[in-house]
Amino acid sequence: MKNKDLDKQSKYIRKVVLDMLAQAGRGHLASAFSITEILLVLYNHILKYRPNNPEWPNRDRFILSKGQGCLSYYAILAEKGFFPKEKLTSFCQAETFLGGHPEHAIPGVEISTGSLGHGLAVGIGMALAAKRDKKHHRVFVLIGDGESNEGSVWEAALYAAKHRLDNLIVLVDYNKMQSWGATKEIVDLEPFADKWLSFGFAVRETDGHDKRQIYSQLKRLPFKKNKPGLLICHTVKGKGIKMTENNPEWHHRRDLKGEIMQNLYQGLEDYR
Amino acid sequence: MRKMSLEMVYRLAKKDKRIYFIGSDLGYGTLSRFEKEMPERFLKEGVSEAYIIAMAAGLALEGKIVYINTIATFLTRRCFEQIVIDLALHKAKVRLIGSGGGLVYAPLGPTHLAIEDIAIMRAIPNMTVIACADAKEMEKMMPQTVDWPGPIYIRLAKGNDQIVSRGSFRIGKVYQYAQGKDVLLVTTGITLQLAMEARKKLERKKISVGILHVPTLKPLDKKTILKIFKSYRAIISIEEHSLTGGLGSSMAEIISEADFADRKLFRRIALPDAFPAGYGSQKEQLVKNNITAGDIVQTAVKLVK
Repeated sequence: MKNKDLDKQSKYIRKVVLDMLAQAGRGHLASAFSITEILLVLYNHILKYRPNNPEWPNRDRFILSKGQGCLSYYAILAEKGFFPKEKLTSFCQAETFLGGHPEHAIPGVEISTGSLGHGLAVGIGMALAAKRDKKHHRVFVLIGDGESNEGSVWEAALYAAKHRLDNLIVLVDYNKMQSWGATKEIVDLEPFADKWLSFGFAVRETDGHDKRQIYSQLKRLPFKKNKPGLLICHTVKGKGIKMTENNPEWHHRRDLKGEIMQNLYQGLEDYR
Repeated sequence: MRKMSLEMVYRLAKKDKRIYFIGSDLGYGTLSRFEKEMPERFLKEGVSEAYIIAMAAGLALEGKIVYINTIATFLTRRCFEQIVIDLALHKAKVRLIGSGGGLVYAPLGPTHLAIEDIAIMRAIPNMTVIACADAKEMEKMMPQTVDWPGPIYIRLAKGNDQIVSRGSFRIGKVYQYAQGKDVLLVTTGITLQLAMEARKKLERKKISVGILHVPTLKPLDKKTILKIFKSYRAIISIEEHSLTGGLGSSMAEIISEADFADRKLFRRIALPDAFPAGYGSQKEQLVKNNITAGDIVQTAVKLVK
């Protein structure tokens, strides 16, 4: 995948993430940068929600199952007005609700995540409830590739098709890196799309940083009637700063201050 | 007891459309009436406990009240993290009905014996833990589970148990079945029956015995327990559960932190901290592990003499 210029909004969200990291001195930078464009497309164009009424019954449900990507999520929720932007700099402080993984106390957050492999099954329950109640909202679950090492992901996958949940859309942040290194070296997920296909999903693929491409895949749902949908988003872990891209050292850091932070801000500004 | 708990799920579901039932590969024909009459709320799922718990959390967060039944070990150990995070953290109204609490599945061996279920469920914030004495108590308890806040673990004992319970029932309360002067027997689940049998024998030996039944192990009615403990010098807890973390442990916690004027003599009758060896029946295992009316009598006699 070519490195294309990030647009103004993509750069802005990453800048807000850096501000949060600078305050806390720690966080999952690369995981957040990997999903920024997926979240932006969802919150700009796809999801139905009311920031002043986060519990609005007809809202689309979104679950960030790979909870460690929360920094971009927080930045976008604040940008959309779910809570004041001033809250963002309280990230990981003793008295905040904005922790290192999202919790359901945050306006706009459906469930607490952080331990991997939970979101898909919870999303299935939500989608099933919507079907039984004849409601038209949809359930979106964003999972990671490292997360797909969890057996519970595949256990849940077995049932999404059984219940014919075409109101369920799974997005996979497939950056091919996990905490310890390349997914290929730790446990190869390929043939990844085929696996989901064989579990009964309608599968599509996209460049996970090209907003126009992501939007064109999601604008008409479901992918296929009576089938759960799954969009494999090919992403770059740490996307947006050269030194953090595809570099496992940046999965999680807790030394973020001074010169390192300056380099990150500079790297984001210079990114082409 | 299992039959009654599932019958109650059916009866409650007939009246309340929020109620869903999920079975994890149950025995053929289980709750077939529910399945036939309310198929949209009857989920016949496979051997996938982790998925079932998390999926139930999703249903509960959308306003459903979900009852799940499978074998207690699989319902507690296999999916422990889903219970902690998806249910307890979110205070999801999911009711876990664990079949075969204790030694019920003795012939099936250690993979099927739920001897630490109370301990692990009790350690979870927002969780309620209940072990009824018999089908009658179960019948009175179940309607209260509908609107009870947060998740509940309901431990089932063997079917066709002798009915010993009486009076009213509230979740979170303890019940005094007998008042005495010398020794207090504290029970949960089916050990109430053993305590009543032991009491008869002890009274013949001129030992005056009280019985305190604790069907709700969490939240614990500490205030009433303390009040009752005050008037006994000797206290014995009896449970079909490991020594670690169950009824005896929670009573020991209460006793050790209470500033009683006198020193209490306290003993726990429970399963040792070991995997039960051999098979046989539940009854045979109880005998082997010294959890019988006779064992209670012996312990009480030693304690008060």
